Amino acid sequence: MSRYLPFRLRRVSLLMDKKAVALLGILLVLVAGVAVLSLGTGDMAIPPVEVVKALFGAGEGMHELVIRSFRLPRILLAVLAGMALAVSGAVLQGIIRNPLASPDLMGITGGASFAVVSFYTAFSDRANALTVSVQWLPLAAFLGAFLVGAVVYALAWKGGVTPLRLVLIGIGLTHAMQALTTIMIIFGPIYLATQVHIWTTGSVNGSNWNHVTTLLPWVLLLVAFVWIGARKLNVQELGEDIARGVGSRVQRERLLLLACSTALAGGAVAFAGGIGFVGLMAPHIGRRLVGPSYGALIPVSALIGGLLVMGADWIGRTAFSPLEVPAGVFTSAIGAPYFIYLLIRSRN
Amino acid sequence: MNALETKSLTLAYGDQPVIENLDHCFPKGKISVLIGPNGSGKSTLLRSLARLLKPRKGSVILDGKAITTLSTKAVARKLAILPQSPECPGGLTVLQLVKQGRYPYQNWMRQWSEEDERAVKRALKITNLESFEERTVDSLSGGQRQRVWIAMVLAQETDTILLDEPTTYLDLSHQLDILDLLYELNRSEGRTIIMVLHDLNLSARYADNMVVVHDKTVYAHGKPESIITPELVKRVFGIECLVMKDPVYGKPLCIPCGKGRRAEDENLRAVDTQ
Amino acid sequence: MSAWIKTTRQKIAGLVLGGALVILFACCSVVYGYTEVGWKTALQSLTDFNGSKEHIIVLENRIPRALIGAAVGVSLAVAGALLQGLTRNPLASPDIFGINAGAGFFIVLSATFFSVSSIHQFAWLAFFGAILSTLIVYLLGAAGQGGLTPVKLTLAGASLWLLFASLTQGMLALNEKALEEVLFWLAGSVEGRKLEVLLAVLPYLAAGWLGALLLAGQMNVLLMGEDVAVSLGQRTVIVKILAGVVIALLAGGSVAVAGPVGFIGVVIPHIARGLVGMDQRWVIPYSALLGAILLLLADIGARYVIMPNEVPVGAMTALIGTPFFVYIARRGLSRL
Repeated sequence: MSRYLPFRLRRVSLLMDKKAVALLGILLVLVAGVAVLSLGTGDMAIPPVEVVKALFGAGEGMHELVIRSFRLPRILLAVLAGMALAVSGAVLQGIIRNPLASPDLMGITGGASFAVVSFYTAFSDRANALTVSVQWLPLAAFLGAFLVGAVVYALAWKGGVTPLRLVLIGIGLTHAMQALTTIMIIFGPIYLATQVHIWTTGSVNGSNWNHVTTLLPWVLLLVAFVWIGARKLNVQELGEDIARGVGSRVQRERLLLLACSTALAGGAVAFAGGIGFVGLMAPHIGRRLVGPSYGALIPVSALIGGLLVMGADWIGRTAFSPLEVPAGVFTSAIGAPYFIYLLIRSRN
Repeated sequence: MNALETKSLTLAYGDQPVIENLDHCFPKGKISVLIGPNGSGKSTLLRSLARLLKPRKGSVILDGKAITTLSTKAVARKLAILPQSPECPGGLTVLQLVKQGRYPYQNWMRQWSEEDERAVKRALKITNLESFEERTVDSLSGGQRQRVWIAMVLAQETDTILLDEPTTYLDLSHQLDILDLLYELNRSEGRTIIMVLHDLNLSARYADNMVVVHDKTVYAHGKPESIITPELVKRVFGIECLVMKDPVYGKPLCIPCGKGRRAEDENLRAVDTQ
Repeated sequence: MSAWIKTTRQKIAGLVLGGALVILFACCSVVYGYTEVGWKTALQSLTDFNGSKEHIIVLENRIPRALIGAAVGVSLAVAGALLQGLTRNPLASPDIFGINAGAGFFIVLSATFFSVSSIHQFAWLAFFGAILSTLIVYLLGAAGQGGLTPVKLTLAGASLWLLFASLTQGMLALNEKALEEVLFWLAGSVEGRKLEVLLAVLPYLAAGWLGALLLAGQMNVLLMGEDVAVSLGQRTVIVKILAGVVIALLAGGSVAVAGPVGFIGVVIPHIARGLVGMDQRWVIPYSALLGAILLLLADIGARYVIMPNEVPVGAMTALIGTPFFVYIARRGLSRL
């Protein structure tokens, strides 16, 4: 039985990978399952059945309050951030043609960190309180991410942008941003240093519905856009000559895809901080499950990313109770051994 | 009738011109082979014909129009190129790779039309890869892998196909496999084939039109039997040789002078052993 | 890139000049700063100490700072030169490849969770972290045919840096107290260190310097490529291991004293090679001197940039080094 299934409906036609579709189904169930479990965990433990009831408005008042007002936005934000980072990483890996590329190394996260720290430094008065609403923070982070992304692109431009130059300059600017951020922290209000470090590590603590409603359309639209254009990524992966040969406008599409990748990573980082390694790990795991074709890779990576961040947040809330460990610690902790394994495997 | 033409074409990397002021026509429906010593610019010329390289001066004409005035997708429907040593990501299946050749005919809605399916199936049939559809490309042998790339180029369904050293790194049987396939495509479907080959004798056998690239221009072109002479080989490649008609195809066969153990047979021809 | 200084005589002269510049800038480092100490006063503090504020500043603050700056500059630059030769990668350096970050990670880890505070212990932890990271880089990049391509190696090194940096961040997020103590150090700083600190790691650094000079000739052979080196009879594995140990000593020692200072290891070897060519027997000593000069100058600059406050010297090297880095990156990885 063939692995592939053509789908044709009026003017829409595509070729589906049955294995990938099945896997997507499994992942959706997993995401829902982990979400329910995570929603039931915390100071007030709520059994899964009650969680589901509360979600549909048929549960106890207290349960509904805790879940709807506190836990649900947090879980949703974790999933959204994970999806955004995963797809951002998948796109980058396609453009740079290297499975070791990730948004963490393109200076994007670094730019956002620097913007966040600058924000705190610039807008704190003598009493160490913010003079400007903290609602502006995500915008600052996003702007920082985007600006640095643009600078990386501009500096990598030499009659065109090659994957290699993007990577190298991204690395250089990541280091530069790190140094600048640390300096800013030193000169900023002291007590905010910890807060900023928590932010840099990456955490979905303190998420609220405002955050979710801001990030949701952003992530969904961008992921949909990238997904629909998956074949452009597929062709970029074959190298510039072949891509051009089959009629792809390589430089233009590269720029557009990079912008999407930056926008996704910037959005995630703006609300969830510098959660690391998701953009590296999720597409990688996705690739091992469904192969390199982006029509399947994008949704699968997105769901894996959502699972990773949701899972890391869950562990962070429960493993060291009552201490809440930021999710970013665990994504780094999982990322570490996984990454080393990746490196050893990719030799030759 | 010309498939491709160059007008006053100058190509350069940095300050050094590789091809200078070239006017040349590539006839439609024929197999043209670009040949020349290393660094002569034949690959560079081929890439500029495929608009992969922008000319320093002059232009490449496709179907009567300058190639740079056509949209890249429009060019892709008329002309396909297989570059040297192409790479594809691990885990990609044969079908997924060949499918990419349909890119110029697709958009965000139309990603697998019946046309696409037909073209891909046909390309797989011609290259004898039908049973390999779902195998991954990296699990195939070198010769089979090259056939997959050719299938991708075929799926593009273009009148003209350009290939940059399609037989390098392949063993002899696979080389012949590929060249026979291309020959057959040309004879049965009239597709124009322009390729760079490094083997002089194989080139002479398959080419309708040999194009010798040397000294920043086309040094000579025409039927192999007309232009391959000891003088040309000496001039362009710097070696002494004997040129004879091969007994099967009647094409020029170049036998270079030099060292080598001579078999014991008095009927061997005398050759300058330098 | 052909050398600017061509003859041996000129090279020796250059070395002498370099040495003189190091001494000059070291002295400047003693004299210039927020508290202006005159040249005479500085000299007097050594010969005729009288307990005045200036004398104390010179002896307790400026002189150790200058010495540390020079030592760290030398060590990081030489480590960078070795690493670039070892991996034939123009962007290789202890900071870009995560070796400094690895050393730093173990220091912060021990300070946060095991309340370690002695400089000797820090030094050993830093060496351990540096050795671990160097080992990973070795496995990935220096391992001959099995090694990674230049792009992959650079990515791998950068990811290694990211790994240690983010784990360090995570720890600091969990432990506020540790954060305050290490913050300035984490940015790379030579300020406020006592001389004992330098003296504690000096044996290791000195061993590293000596090792680098002795290995220079072997590095020349290695630079011709793994296969060529083996066919010439070099025991490449041993040379690489020794080089790795030297790099770890130099990087680890520097991080233990001054925290992770960046960009020196990347940039200086390029300047050195531009001056004297590819012969490592000259590149290494020139890198040493240039590294010291750069760090001393950066440290002086760090005092004046936002007077009366100071920026950590690592910030200055980042400011100076980033444009250089971008320039090297634009050139590509194909040549050293």
